[in-house]
Amino acid sequence: MKLEQVIKALKEYDGEPVKIMEVCGTHTKSIFQSGIRTIISPKIQLISGPGCPVCVTSPAYIDHLTDLSLKEKYCVLTFGDMMKVKGTKLSLTEAKAMGAQVKVLYSPLAAIAEAERNLDTQYVFAAVGFETTTPIYALLLDEIRKRKIKNLKLATSIKTILPALSFICENETSIDAFLSPGHVSVITGSKIYKGLASTYHKPFVVAGFEGEHILAAIYEIMSQLKGKRYEVRNLYSNAVTEEGNQKAERLINQYFEEANGIWRGIGMIEQSALKLKEEYKEYDAGSREEEIIEELPKGCRCADVILGRIQPVECPLFQKVCTPLHAVGPCMVSAEGACGIWYQNS
Amino acid sequence: MKIDMTYGSGGKQTGDLINQVFLKHFNNPILNKLEDSAVLSVSGTIAYTTDSFVVTPLFFKGGNIGKLAVCGTVNDLSMMGAIPKYLTAGFIIEEGADLEMVESIAKTMALTAKEAGVFIVAGDTKVVEGNGGIFINTSGIGEIIKGDISISGCKQGDVIILSGNLGDHHAAILSERMGIENEIASDCAPLHTIAKNLLDDGIEVHCMRDVTRGGLATVLNEAADQSGVSVEIWEDAIPVSREVKGFCDILGLDPLYMANEGKMIAIVKETDANEALEAVKRSPYGANARIIGTIQEGKGVRMKTKLMGSRTIDVLYGEGLPRIC
Repeated sequence: MKLEQVIKALKEYDGEPVKIMEVCGTHTKSIFQSGIRTIISPKIQLISGPGCPVCVTSPAYIDHLTDLSLKEKYCVLTFGDMMKVKGTKLSLTEAKAMGAQVKVLYSPLAAIAEAERNLDTQYVFAAVGFETTTPIYALLLDEIRKRKIKNLKLATSIKTILPALSFICENETSIDAFLSPGHVSVITGSKIYKGLASTYHKPFVVAGFEGEHILAAIYEIMSQLKGKRYEVRNLYSNAVTEEGNQKAERLINQYFEEANGIWRGIGMIEQSALKLKEEYKEYDAGSREEEIIEELPKGCRCADVILGRIQPVECPLFQKVCTPLHAVGPCMVSAEGACGIWYQNS
Repeated sequence: MKIDMTYGSGGKQTGDLINQVFLKHFNNPILNKLEDSAVLSVSGTIAYTTDSFVVTPLFFKGGNIGKLAVCGTVNDLSMMGAIPKYLTAGFIIEEGADLEMVESIAKTMALTAKEAGVFIVAGDTKVVEGNGGIFINTSGIGEIIKGDISISGCKQGDVIILSGNLGDHHAAILSERMGIENEIASDCAPLHTIAKNLLDDGIEVHCMRDVTRGGLATVLNEAADQSGVSVEIWEDAIPVSREVKGFCDILGLDPLYMANEGKMIAIVKETDANEALEAVKRSPYGANARIIGTIQEGKGVRMKTKLMGSRTIDVLYGEGLPRIC
């Protein structure tokens, strides 16, 4: 089928309103960048999901990082996105302004050179992310062990996407279908969505990140819903297989094990986190210290945004008091956060 | 040889640094007098600007901090319809900096100044404690040849010309910092000839801007705001090299927000658009120029996407990435 025909069909759709959740922040971004909302029927609603790791990181974890960064001879290494997210007291940016040692890295493996250069500093890498980044953390651990580096540890806040999707299917019945995350699926394979598709009767379509890919996935979802089919379909087959990247999975399983995870604004979701195994605890800078804190600032509805209950514009703070320069909630802080993307693009 | 604090003392070593590095390369009759101030003859209205450069790393594919420092000021002058004439250069050098490295930077500055037709007529050097870094400030004077070019001068119907590919400088600097090997080089270049050719050809130019930090998105928003108009650009007209596109896809960057150091937009009267495009294309650093959009009634910046959807283009918020120029 030609792209023009797909666009025409999606533009002219006039059936029951449909809600599709795009799980991944990169999809949200691409939907805006290619102007997809402006060319499809308003009856097809695209809702952002929980796929921004920074947005779902618990404040207790941020507190842990800022506390460590303020300790003498400690330095926290992090991806740039984490700098502005507030814990209950401070963000890493604010801690840095108070004299804490915090350094932004582009790649976890750059932490090795940093640690080897300054042997009397204890480095802590803020290992945040989903299945996508976890294999790189495993490689970092490989390297730390190989080089016998003693002054570099990981503080992990790693989540897995499937339990969160399961939580949404169980609790948010208004979502009709899912645009499955592209990057995560590269690692996990498209197989992981099968159980959810058949149990909850929802199509799960894996898509790439170009506008055309997303349109094709929406079209596939609409066709499935029309034919009352609820299947997993992989439209990103040049990167995603059914089985996933088994080498990466082996690496993850070597170092990490499942544990209960704390999602900001949602609370605890069972077996939704990956933590360092007991046998590697010497590389663990306190990852097990996560706890639930009643955390979102007053009025902030990031939790409802993450769960697809509302669109960012429906939050009373959006654009009024909550902006990228003065972010109230985590979804406005991150480049992959739904509110930040909506603010910049609509 | 390493530069230590004695090079900033004002004594013998300072003199050696000035003579053996800066005078040797910047060499011109005004600077060579070594007076307290340069004495200059200019005619008519002048444009006058200053900029500071703190880039890391100091050397990168396609240039170094010295080339940036000359091009940055030359380009700011050129965008106002001025012919750049004289620059000053202030160096803040951290102890531990390599003398050969400083000389190499000075040499590049001299070559770039020559290409841009400007003289570096005054300078200053300070040495501070640190780790071998270098910061450069340049200021510059240019003679205005067309005086009404302004960011607030865009008019409904005007056409926007972009002088070439977006994102090269940003991607080159990030590649260096991340240790990624590729062929992407900074686009750092003086744009005085593009600006001059547009004016010499009698094009009705309403606005010129070099597209630096904040990227095309930010520059176009400034133009829309200041001129009280709206801007429409077309996604499929905006040139980005295949390599930079791939680099952006991997890192989640958007070329519209990436810094450039050798790109400009010219916003010209609709009827002059094709002639203007030719003027840019025949100039050095303008071969890949395109018409990328138009000025319309309203406010804000919108992009027609390849899928014929519409996307709002806002300014860059916050830093996101470390400073790169």
